Amino acid sequence: MSTFLGMPAPPPRSPYGTGNLRGDRAFPRAARDELGNDQLRRNLGRATGTIRAKRLNVTGELPDWEALRDAGSAIKTDAMNRLPELLEQLERRVTERGGTVHWARDAAEANTIVARLVRATGSDEVIKVKSMATQETGLNEYLESVGITPYETDLAELIVQLADDKPSHILVPAIHRNRDEIRQIFLDRIPGVDPELDNVPAHLAAAARSYLREKFLTTKVAVSGANFGIAETGTLAVVESEGNGRMCLTLPNTLITVMGIEKVLPRYQDLEVFFQLLPRSSTGERMNPYTSLWTGVTPGDGPQHFHLVLLDNGRTAALADVIGRAALNCIRCSACLNVCPVYERTGGHAYGSTYPGPIGAVLTPQLAGMHAAKDDPNSSLPYASSLCGACFDACPVKIDIPSLLVELRHQHTEQTGLTPEKLAMKAAAAVMRRPSLYAAAQKASALGRVVAGRDGTISRLPPPLSGWSDSRDTAAPPRETFRSWFASEEGRATLRAAATDPNSEQKGEETA
Amino acid sequence: MSSARDTVLGRIRDALALAPTPPVVVPRAYRTGRALPDDERLALFTERLLDYKARVHPCTADRTAEVVGEVLREHGARRIGVPAGLDARWLAGYEGEVRQDHADVPPARLDALDAVVTGSAAACAETGTIFLDGSPDQGRRALSLVPDLHVCVVDLSTVEAGVPEAVARLVPERPTTLISGPSATSDIELERVEGVHGPRTLVVVIRTDA
Repeated sequence: MSTFLGMPAPPPRSPYGTGNLRGDRAFPRAARDELGNDQLRRNLGRATGTIRAKRLNVTGELPDWEALRDAGSAIKTDAMNRLPELLEQLERRVTERGGTVHWARDAAEANTIVARLVRATGSDEVIKVKSMATQETGLNEYLESVGITPYETDLAELIVQLADDKPSHILVPAIHRNRDEIRQIFLDRIPGVDPELDNVPAHLAAAARSYLREKFLTTKVAVSGANFGIAETGTLAVVESEGNGRMCLTLPNTLITVMGIEKVLPRYQDLEVFFQLLPRSSTGERMNPYTSLWTGVTPGDGPQHFHLVLLDNGRTAALADVIGRAALNCIRCSACLNVCPVYERTGGHAYGSTYPGPIGAVLTPQLAGMHAAKDDPNSSLPYASSLCGACFDACPVKIDIPSLLVELRHQHTEQTGLTPEKLAMKAAAAVMRRPSLYAAAQKASALGRVVAGRDGTISRLPPPLSGWSDSRDTAAPPRETFRSWFASEEGRATLRAAATDPNSEQKGEETA
Repeated sequence: MSSARDTVLGRIRDALALAPTPPVVVPRAYRTGRALPDDERLALFTERLLDYKARVHPCTADRTAEVVGEVLREHGARRIGVPAGLDARWLAGYEGEVRQDHADVPPARLDALDAVVTGSAAACAETGTIFLDGSPDQGRRALSLVPDLHVCVVDLSTVEAGVPEAVARLVPERPTTLISGPSATSDIELERVEGVHGPRTLVVVIRTDA
């Protein structure tokens, strides 16, 4: 045990301007563009609907599903509470088994370490297993900038990489593309591809297989992420479907794994819980086709050089928040994306971060902050939700995402002080206290019809009212308010007629 | 300047000091230690394997060579790879070329094999999962990965009912692979395609009395 020297200091967020934890504009503006893309909405609607049904089917068949969720949640919380000792134990075990452990304070440091390790092998290319951590750090862009070519080997990541695109979903990153688009990307970008290639998914997958096979068999270095790292034994786990993970983890001579510090689990036995929670929540399968477990280096089997890079990049800042730290329990299954009515319509790009959807809306601001610059786009993320709670129900480790969103909204309001929205609320309160002012204001508000769009909503108001309209559409005010109708001759006549009509009274009793 | 290691560990300790939380006891009320009779495990395991488009051949141990030979012939496998510790009697019914694998064979050479035959360490009936752990009858991981057809022999006595029972059989230090059907992707419009990079065909020979 170490002793404290002085007061504990709040750990820093992921440094501003690095990695992929911040978009270039606020969620509502980005979402508006995405919502205009009919193809995207069709693809997303179909995909999320399909996974939702599959997930419900396979979680429903386990009588102990809720007990598994309770265990999963507690294991992760326990791991966060004991993070220093568990990470040191993991480091010790990996080292004992012939691996080397590196620590990275932030994205830039992790990228530099990986590039240095790749160069030391003499290789100028790497094959990659789909990994959220290296997407977060912007590793591919960095490697390219220093003359190392990264090849994504997951089919969806390959599609995204070939198209110079960004992932839009944690599990199926190319979900925003349909088969015709993918066929065209392959025809344009894969060297030597059969020009007769059609749009049948099996044929597209076969084209990727033959393109990547040679890379698997010849590339000397692989980079992966990790789903779990076991402190007790030093074992790492990668969960996948296509076999590209097995290829990368087995065939090259050097393996570099980048793992967020929150991925550590105390015991090997804990895998019995997560092997049940993760695939069923993620792809809606009872088990994913392949899972690889390895512990350091095994002579004669797989990479003979193994490096583990442990990444902070704002995770310790999240850990310092007693409510917000629950977001670190996330196992990246993406169930919350698939059940989210907001994600289903906007897709992942609108969130501007590696982590989209409900979990992204709570994780991203905690890793990278919400107030790193004026009008930080991340400050809009906690509002990218209707707080319906479907994400909480779907989460296999029971992260209370709605409460986290509310807490982040609170923090945002505290931090920004007198927001335009607050001013608007204050003005409204003053007006509502005086009936004469209220009536006058209502009369004036009918002018709002002038600024409303053809769909009868107002999406942008002038300041200070923009504080309200920035984050929601407003229905155009009615031609006549209820109060003015009530006071009019027409209103009085209608009410008189209703009061003397025996039918209406009887009807009222019948339905009562 | 302190090392990244000291900095990160220091930050974690600071974070935990700023936001202390009570210790947690992990509730493990989920099902463990389940035992099912042989016929139920066989039925469940078979159903789950078929659901993932694996092919299943139950047989008694004395028919292993006959079934393995039939499967290889049916798939037109003329050259196969085997791990050094595979029971040679399992191949008595196969007439093609057999190459025994060892650590020095470059992975590219494995690509020339039509099939691989291995044993297995354990299995889970409920999820249709086979566990390989690099024991001599299973070989190194590359061997069961590169060839396009994997014929895997599983003894029913090693098939557990659920995930916790199967995980309990594993040796953590061994490089372990969980296999549930042939490789698959749903990356294109969520349409499942069997067979991407791993073996496109998985044949499971379940020995019901072994």
